[in-house]
Amino acid sequence: MIALLMRDLRLATRAGGGFGLGLSFFLIVCTLVPFGVGPQGDTLARIAPGILWVGALLACLLSLDRIFALDWEDGSLDLLATAPLPMEGAVAVKAAAHWITTGLPLVLAAPVFGVLLHLPAAAQPWLVGSLLLGTPALSMLGAFGAALTVGLRRGGLLMSLLVLPLYIPTLIFGAEAVRRGAAGLDGTTPMVLMAGITLAVLAAMPFAAAAALRVNLR
Amino acid sequence: MALISVRGLAVSRGGRRAVEGVDFDLAAGEALILRGPNGIGKTTLLRTVAGLQPATEGSIQADPDAIAYAAHADGLKGALSVAENLRFWREVFGGPAIDRAVAAMNLSDLVSRPAAMLSAGQKRRLGLARLLVTGRPVWVLDEPTVSLDAGSVALFADAVRAHLAQGGAALMATHIELGLPEARVLDLGPFCADARRPAARAPASFDEAFG
Repeated sequence: MIALLMRDLRLATRAGGGFGLGLSFFLIVCTLVPFGVGPQGDTLARIAPGILWVGALLACLLSLDRIFALDWEDGSLDLLATAPLPMEGAVAVKAAAHWITTGLPLVLAAPVFGVLLHLPAAAQPWLVGSLLLGTPALSMLGAFGAALTVGLRRGGLLMSLLVLPLYIPTLIFGAEAVRRGAAGLDGTTPMVLMAGITLAVLAAMPFAAAAALRVNLR
Repeated sequence: MALISVRGLAVSRGGRRAVEGVDFDLAAGEALILRGPNGIGKTTLLRTVAGLQPATEGSIQADPDAIAYAAHADGLKGALSVAENLRFWREVFGGPAIDRAVAAMNLSDLVSRPAAMLSAGQKRRLGLARLLVTGRPVWVLDEPTVSLDAGSVALFADAVRAHLAQGGAALMATHIELGLPEARVLDLGPFCADARRPAARAPASFDEAFG
């Protein structure tokens, strides 16, 4: 399992691996919004929690189809399916690799982007905390969507349609936690609910994704 | 004792039956070559034996953890070097060290080269070297010699022979002569599902159709 994780991380950081793509996309979204809505600080501060969360979500979506599509194309997925590693484990490892290369950089860079959008300082810990708890669910749900559409030509678009609705609960609670933080309130309740969603997703989705992969490999 | 035992096997591809009623046993030290025209279902049969898809009918007795499968695609990552590719599969399957596989497939000069820079034949040799690092006794190979030159085919035949001598077994689909006279050949032609059903058979002549 460690071998698979190391391979995926190595592939992501090599040429053409797409490392940093999501982060750059997130940066561009956060820079475009002030151009679109105008530079008034109070307007930006009000919409910042939502923009930051939607931006993180879209940045995450950008690289999802790579989770399985590349391995399917070059035959690695067939070989992994016949390997001693259980399919559920392979799915979980690949989702983890996706999170480390996409979700984790977003979490670490989010405070800087928060400043770009005039997010109040009081909300910064809530932003980092909610992204840290929420992005693993985004990667795992994305792995499920990628497993459903692996092998389809132009499957990336279909995958977005399947995955984005599943992201809604995480988005609602994540943005709510940041909004409460920005208003000087306690955001623990939405945070706890989001953590619950993340745990449920991490527990159930490897099995769902592995089942989808097995069907698609037939 | 047979490593693979297949009884009355029928496989389907896209909901259509390809071959049916296939029986064979594969014991340690044996090689079995599947032959038959394109599209008869050799790949489907091999994928079924490898456990990648369910059998439509019949039974396959084999330990799925004994089978190393190799298809048309080699499962290589272009961004990784030859050694990194092999080491990855070795770690996943927990097989022997990669040195012997590298030497057996004559890849010693290429170990540090990215797999994307290899020619088609070299990639194929790397894909076959992967079989050696899985350490699994039963090789299930789908057209293993595609894009290999004559020298490499001989190299591959030697690797198969060494594998059989160590108590391994090999089930292969191939169209060319491998230089493995000891291998048994199973022609899938008679097992073709369409040919076995009289209604589905195309009339041989005009008279038969309309006479």
